[in-house]
Amino acid sequence: MAERCGSLLEACRRLATEPGLRPILGGTDLMVASPHERARQGRWLDLSCFDEMRGIAERGGSVWIGAATTFTALQADASIRRHFPALVAAASEVGGWQIQNRATLGGNVANASPAGDSLPVLAVLEAVVVLGSAAGDRLVERRVPYAGFHVGYRATALAPGEVILGFELPLPGPGLEQRFQKVGTRQAQAISKVVVALAGRCAGGRVQTLRLAAGSVAATPVRLRQAESAAVGLELAAAAEAAGSAARQETTPIDDVRSTAAYRSAVLGRVVRRLVLSLTPDSE
Amino acid sequence: MTDHPTLAFEVNGEARECNASPEMRLLDCLRYDFGLTGSKEGCGEGECGACTVLLDGQPVLSCLVPVGQCAGRRVETVEAIAEKDPELVERMTETGGIQCGACTPGIVVTLYSLRQANPEASREEIRRALAGNLCRCTGYEGIFRALEDGHG
Ligand SMILES: Cc1cc2nc3c(=O)[nH]c(=O)nc-3n(C[C@H](O)[C@H](O)[C@H](O)COP(=O)(O)OP(=O)(O)OC[C@H]3O[C@@H](n4cnc5c(N)ncnc54)[C@H](O)[C@@H]3O)c2cc1C
Ligand code: FES
Ligand code: FES
Repeated sequence: MAERCGSLLEACRRLATEPGLRPILGGTDLMVASPHERARQGRWLDLSCFDEMRGIAERGGSVWIGAATTFTALQADASIRRHFPALVAAASEVGGWQIQNRATLGGNVANASPAGDSLPVLAVLEAVVVLGSAAGDRLVERRVPYAGFHVGYRATALAPGEVILGFELPLPGPGLEQRFQKVGTRQAQAISKVVVALAGRCAGGRVQTLRLAAGSVAATPVRLRQAESAAVGLELAAAAEAAGSAARQETTPIDDVRSTAAYRSAVLGRVVRRLVLSLTPDSE
Repeated sequence: MTDHPTLAFEVNGEARECNASPEMRLLDCLRYDFGLTGSKEGCGEGECGACTVLLDGQPVLSCLVPVGQCAGRRVETVEAIAEKDPELVERMTETGGIQCGACTPGIVVTLYSLRQANPEASREEIRRALAGNLCRCTGYEGIFRALEDGHG
């Protein structure tokens, strides 16, 4: 981490070839370790200053968000506020102010905790994860749809030496409403018990489009596909009931130190039902 | 062992250098290399806020910042902030915002920073800003008033 910047190509090359070298952005996950553990983790390579990982910009039909964007920056950005209110809501609930000033979207996704707050939001917004790696003397990009990024418990599609450059979020169509809800303990505490994100739209009192995703209810953040299809086409109140019970059936949360499976499952059902019910019956 | 490149950054308005490993915590560099012991280590895990300092004007947890990421940047600690805003510290003592004092340096840095950003912060805004600063003693009422009593 000593050398500030240099080239991203060189950084990717080193990550691919030097065992024990790990990328760092805000450090709010990596630094939570005793000095002893940190010494064992090996060395870190600072990615926070690469231009390729910075900025927020509308490009064609989507918005680019650099991996190094902090949750504070996300909340302040006019384009994010306008198009992605659920992402703003999630950003404002990641830890406290000091954490939000350092924690990044890229770090949250790469860390791949099933409880990461932004993850279900990126899932319902159908983000594309843009990855970069060194191929000879060129930096090559690879685009992975969010649904294929989390492949198992804390496992991602990132290949060795590959880094997240940023995210492309398709602009939401007209009338697409977004919701985010986190059920946790204390706001600034690291881990939620259940997180749910929704993107959807009704027409004529019936659910027309629905995307739902949840965190902390499985080994990875998950799209609630059965809840989605159970609800589409139904009148709003019935859709909310159907989505809530399908969501409980399609997930198998675990017991752990923070909560029990039964509690998580009950909360998931209720939150999904309430979020669906909060849609505007006729968005035209 | 000591072939670390020199890291240069600004601390409380002065240019400082440190030869530590870039993975070292900013908190340790401030306390042990620079003798700035105002920033406290409560938890060392990002949960308590006692180690809060300003990095380029933004409150951050110095126990989670590797000093290598401070190169070329500006750090301000409670020592400088107490000098810039002695009234805030004074009011903390008057309102009962300080009991054991373990949380106080971090709280002062966060409150100062909030007032820079938002001079008339509401109770709700103060509460949100302090979500990452734990105080086990005061119940926060005196802390909120220490800022509110300074509103214009
Ligand atoms: C007190 C506290 C409260 C917290 N609260 C929450 C919360 O409420 N919700 C929540 O979701 N999280 C929370 N967190 C966890 C953490 O803040 C987030 O996961 C944060 O987004 C991580 O981002 P970072 O930039 O700090 O990551 P870092 O710590 O820098 O990196 C995290 C991981 O990602 C890897 N990485 C970083 N950048 C890249 C990249 N570009 N490409 C590939 N890999 C990369 C690193 O090697 C590391 O494994 C909390 C943490 C603390 C300490
Ligand atoms: S010591 Fe840094 S947050 Fe507790
Ligand atoms: S005064 Fe004791 S923790 Fe705040």
